[in-house]
Amino acid sequence: MKVTVDEEKCCGAGQCVLIAPEVFDQRDDDGIVILLEAEPGEEQHAAVREAAAVCPAAAIELTGRD
Amino acid sequence: MSEQVLHYPIPNEAALEPPAEWAELRGGCPVARVTLPSGDQATLLTRYEDVKKVLADPRFTRLLNAPDAARLSATDDGGLFNSEMAAIIPDGGEGHQHWRRLVGKWFTAKRMTAMRPRMARIADTLVDELVERGAPADLKAGLGFPLPVYVICDMLGVPAADRDRFSYWSDTLLNLTRYGKEEIEAAQAEFFQYMSGHLAAKRAEPGDDLLSELIAAGGPEDGGLEDLQILVTGMALLVAGHETTANMIGKMVAMLLSDRSRWEALLADPSLIRTTVEESLRFDADSGFGLPRYLREETEVSGTYLPKGTTVVCSMAAANRDESVFADADRMDLTRSPNPHLAFGSGAHSCLGQALARTELQVVLEVLLRRLPTLELAVPVEELERVEGLAVGGLRTVPVRW
Ligand code: HEM
Ligand code: SF4
Repeated sequence: MKVTVDEEKCCGAGQCVLIAPEVFDQRDDDGIVILLEAEPGEEQHAAVREAAAVCPAAAIELTGRD
Repeated sequence: MSEQVLHYPIPNEAALEPPAEWAELRGGCPVARVTLPSGDQATLLTRYEDVKKVLADPRFTRLLNAPDAARLSATDDGGLFNSEMAAIIPDGGEGHQHWRRLVGKWFTAKRMTAMRPRMARIADTLVDELVERGAPADLKAGLGFPLPVYVICDMLGVPAADRDRFSYWSDTLLNLTRYGKEEIEAAQAEFFQYMSGHLAAKRAEPGDDLLSELIAAGGPEDGGLEDLQILVTGMALLVAGHETTANMIGKMVAMLLSDRSRWEALLADPSLIRTTVEESLRFDADSGFGLPRYLREETEVSGTYLPKGTTVVCSMAAANRDESVFADADRMDLTRSPNPHLAFGSGAHSCLGQALARTELQVVLEVLLRRLPTLELAVPVEELERVEGLAVGGLRTVPVRW
């Protein structure tokens, strides 16, 4: 699984950080998403999928199989 | 259904149940003509995909003061948040994004985690007071209503002694039906004056709060906001974050107690709190009017042509029951995940305070489960009554005992 985030779209809602704190963080000065782990391990996949599904700005994209 | 014009909001008897029309509309008439309380016509959207797309589409603006936009009710000019505030806080584009990022840093997941213990203390104190006064009690008045104001006052650096005045202002500004025009205008003027004084005090002696930091960011030439924008931001946060969260606390607890097996499931496994909060937001059949939008150029939704100047109403609550997205949508499933509900809207304008609202709702559940595990409704579900009025849906009272 490969994760990309779109900083322009991100509205800083922080959903991703709440759900997958090991993969996503937010910048302190404006709340915009920071991708910590572009190729998260297997154990993170479920959380990352959930984060992508609920991101209100559709700013998280997942590619690759599994 | 296509020829007959429907009145909106759709009247509904049962406080916690959705009206039957939602399913019919989603199935047969997802882009429906409706008549608003003002008598003006609008277009109602009820399907998940449509609501989500339209809310995130900048062609559907919040400029409901356009001359040909539908008025919501005969007396209401679209509410405080839509009219005057919208004129001062940019509605879209780069200006809005700039504002959002300056203010948004106060609403990050990290900040919320840091604020959690303080929220729990406030909730604990409010529960102490409930217990002291004894059962039965109105959970909305005793916990739901004060908690969000106290939390926002903390964020804005407002002293505890002034919190109850904030409650009053917020209630007056939003309760378009309960208070008269003069009372509303007087409250607005008082609130404005209070905030001007408060900002001057923060300027002289900055604290560790959102307003002090917005001031410290400088004026527009330094990448900050104008004074008036800072002031209106402070007012907007109270108005946007109080009644919404207060009512949601009441509705969430009522939904969980209306079928007490839900409450028991949470007692048995408090790790369900996070998904329960999301499911309560999704399942809320009384989230209020929905979001109106004014269409700037012609377009099409689900195959229906919409001319320029159309006023659209997005019903997030109807969309949140869409079976094509949520399996068993009419069942409250405390383990549902992922739960991409639209209770906070979608796209660039989606609720700025959602991390705060979520944290408050989670803290309320944690504290109630811990302090009042025997909590139950003190009246039959059928006796719960909805608040009248347009903006935010909620229950008049939530009578409980323990
Ligand atoms: C359960 C509680 C809440 C609900 C259901 C809720 C719902 C919403 C919705 C649906 C919107 C989108 C409006 C639109 O697209 O036109 C919104 C926007 C907003 N909300 Fe909330 N909200 C809640 C709590 C809060 C809190 C606690 C705050 C802050 C203290 C807050 C601040 C805001 C602000 C500032 C906006 C405007 C954002 C923008 O225009 O960029 N809300 N809210
Ligand atoms: S959930 Fe989406 S919008 Fe929110 S911070 Fe993460 S990427 Fe940004």
